[in-house]
Amino acid sequence: MLKRVHFPPSVLPYLLVAPQVIITLVFFIWPASQALYQSFLIEDAFGLSSEFVWFENFVYLWNDEIYLATFWRTGWFSLAVAGLSMSFALVLAGFADRVVRGAMIYRTLLIWPYAVAPVLAGALWVFMFNPTLGIFPYFLEFAGIDWNHYLKSGQAMLLVILAAAWKQVAYNFLFYLAAMQSIPKTVIEAAAIDGAGPIKRFATIIFPLISPTTFFLLVINAVYAFFDTFGIIHAITQGGPAGSTTILVYKVFNDGFVGLDLGGSAAQSVILMFLVISMTVVQFGYVERKVEY
Amino acid sequence: MANINLVNLTKSYDNTEVLHHIEGSIADGEFIVIVGPSGCGKSTLLRMIAGLETVTSGEVFIGDKMVNDVEPAHRDIAMVFQNYALYPHMSVEQNMAYGLKIRGLPKDEIAKRVREAAEILEITEYLSRKPRQLSGGQRQRVAMGRAIVRDPQVFLFDEPLSNLDAKLRVQMRLEIRKLQKRLGVTSIYVTHDQVEAMTLGDRLMVLNAGYVEQFGTPVELYQCPETVFVAGFIGSPSMNFLSVTVADGVLTLENGATVAFSNGHSGTALLGVRPESLIANPDGAVRLKVEMVEQLGANTLVHGHLEGTGTEMVASLPGIETVESGTVLRFDAPQEALHLFDAATQKRLET
Ligand SMILES: Nc1ncnc2c1ncn2[C@@H]1O[C@H](COP(=O)(O)OP(=O)(O)OP(=O)(O)O)[C@@H](O)[C@H]1O
Ligand SMILES: [Mg+2]
Repeated sequence: MLKRVHFPPSVLPYLLVAPQVIITLVFFIWPASQALYQSFLIEDAFGLSSEFVWFENFVYLWNDEIYLATFWRTGWFSLAVAGLSMSFALVLAGFADRVVRGAMIYRTLLIWPYAVAPVLAGALWVFMFNPTLGIFPYFLEFAGIDWNHYLKSGQAMLLVILAAAWKQVAYNFLFYLAAMQSIPKTVIEAAAIDGAGPIKRFATIIFPLISPTTFFLLVINAVYAFFDTFGIIHAITQGGPAGSTTILVYKVFNDGFVGLDLGGSAAQSVILMFLVISMTVVQFGYVERKVEY
Repeated sequence: MANINLVNLTKSYDNTEVLHHIEGSIADGEFIVIVGPSGCGKSTLLRMIAGLETVTSGEVFIGDKMVNDVEPAHRDIAMVFQNYALYPHMSVEQNMAYGLKIRGLPKDEIAKRVREAAEILEITEYLSRKPRQLSGGQRQRVAMGRAIVRDPQVFLFDEPLSNLDAKLRVQMRLEIRKLQKRLGVTSIYVTHDQVEAMTLGDRLMVLNAGYVEQFGTPVELYQCPETVFVAGFIGSPSMNFLSVTVADGVLTLENGATVAFSNGHSGTALLGVRPESLIANPDGAVRLKVEMVEQLGANTLVHGHLEGTGTEMVASLPGIETVESGTVLRFDAPQEALHLFDAATQKRLET
């Protein structure tokens, strides 16, 4: 039996948790409840009065073709960003795991992009791909490709996906490398003796053994693509051309702060909030259960 | 089947040499045990034979072929690791089949070999389990199974029994020995346990600090140790070492006692005598002052000092004896049980 230790009642524990509670209340609970309340209101065109309309804003979104298109666009944008950055990070980590000399240098260099702010990352890609000044359009011209992401929606989407994925590679790389290095070395050696070459070992031993990390990163990257890519999109395309790179979080901003439809924008942010909550629940479900192997 | 030759093999890590000029030839079907204290380079030597470590200089031959630059996959070897190194995400069956699948054997051949190996090792009922659902002893068997299904030219073992309890270790030791005899595969087995080494090996390679101290049969090592290290390492309890001076066929111990000894040498030397070679004799020349007695049942170990000196000694008396601490026991030893070593070079002085 465990002995229960009794402490005299004291205010100290409450004082210690107070800062955390206050920060959560001020920066999360309060704005979230404001948004929830706001999503039930419709303002008139001049912003002078507002009317309580229950779920009308949500019903409107449900029937809005543009919103639904944005929804799907966000979905495959996230998949593309997650897929691209994770597979690239996986390959890099696979190589870095085998490097013996100068391993620290490679790792440090590979981690740098993570320290770049999203807007700056976006600016970087804007310069590189500027149709008149950029270096890449110059080379692409030789290949017969006319690059102008200000006009062509496909190219615009490709560019934001590349920029968003590039920035996340470092993060994924770190997790993949850590996961690979936690595999006992003798297991890899046993496979080598059993006759498996490097690629076979990667496919049949390493990749299955790091699958928990893959699931974890999938959720993290989806959440990243949903929310943290705002700065990149804002710097590169501002959601254009013709809304072709507008994802949900960018539409919240556009409708609310540019279009001044506060009620509708609040309703969108409430939907986003529930999306992220459900993704987090899925993730914790996996972390708790661990992926079986 | 294959013989193995190690020629002037050296290994360095960052300019520190950890293995020095290892020489040895191993016949086809032989069971060789590499034994030595922790850190002496046993695993490194085994891993060089496996191809998991590069060779700094010298050559490794497996079956007349120089394999220095051959990948482990192409050396036709199988290895059992200390931590078993089973693939955690595969069932026992898949673990054993993995190497065969990679070699592209037909499905029914793989199934047949896995079934046979599982029967030999009595793990048939665990075939569908994952490694984490097995006990340490069962995992050890799976690791063995993974090695034998491959039907390789050489088995390599790196302390495969050190994670098992004492009783299971003895049992597995016998099974490995029987299995190796039955399959007739050349085997190299690394251990730091000299009892394991003595019971398993056809021949033992005793390593110390990266040097081969002696390479011979267990009996040779026991009866005729080449160096002080081997003499002290082989046998339990360990051999007693006494400083002596030799002159005109007489050994003089530190406390002045003399023993007749016909050996051509003269000067100071180190005398080695095993506890079990000391025979109690009321007129014996070696006087041992008893400090502590260990009753082992079959024999009694008497710990103490050579009387009048600080030199520790152990004697082994047959059966159960009661000896008071503080008493002085006298012993003799037959001439052939006395080993004389050069005090400076630590090498055996032959008669
Ligand atoms: N990767 C390495 N880099 C540098 N030194 C190493 C490396 N691996 C082993 N050594 C050194 O080589 C020596 C031999 O190591 P090895 O692992 O072969 O010892 P061992 O005899 O197997 O010991 P144990 O019984 O403890 O397993 C040790 O002194 C060790 O410090
Ligand atoms: Mg070792």
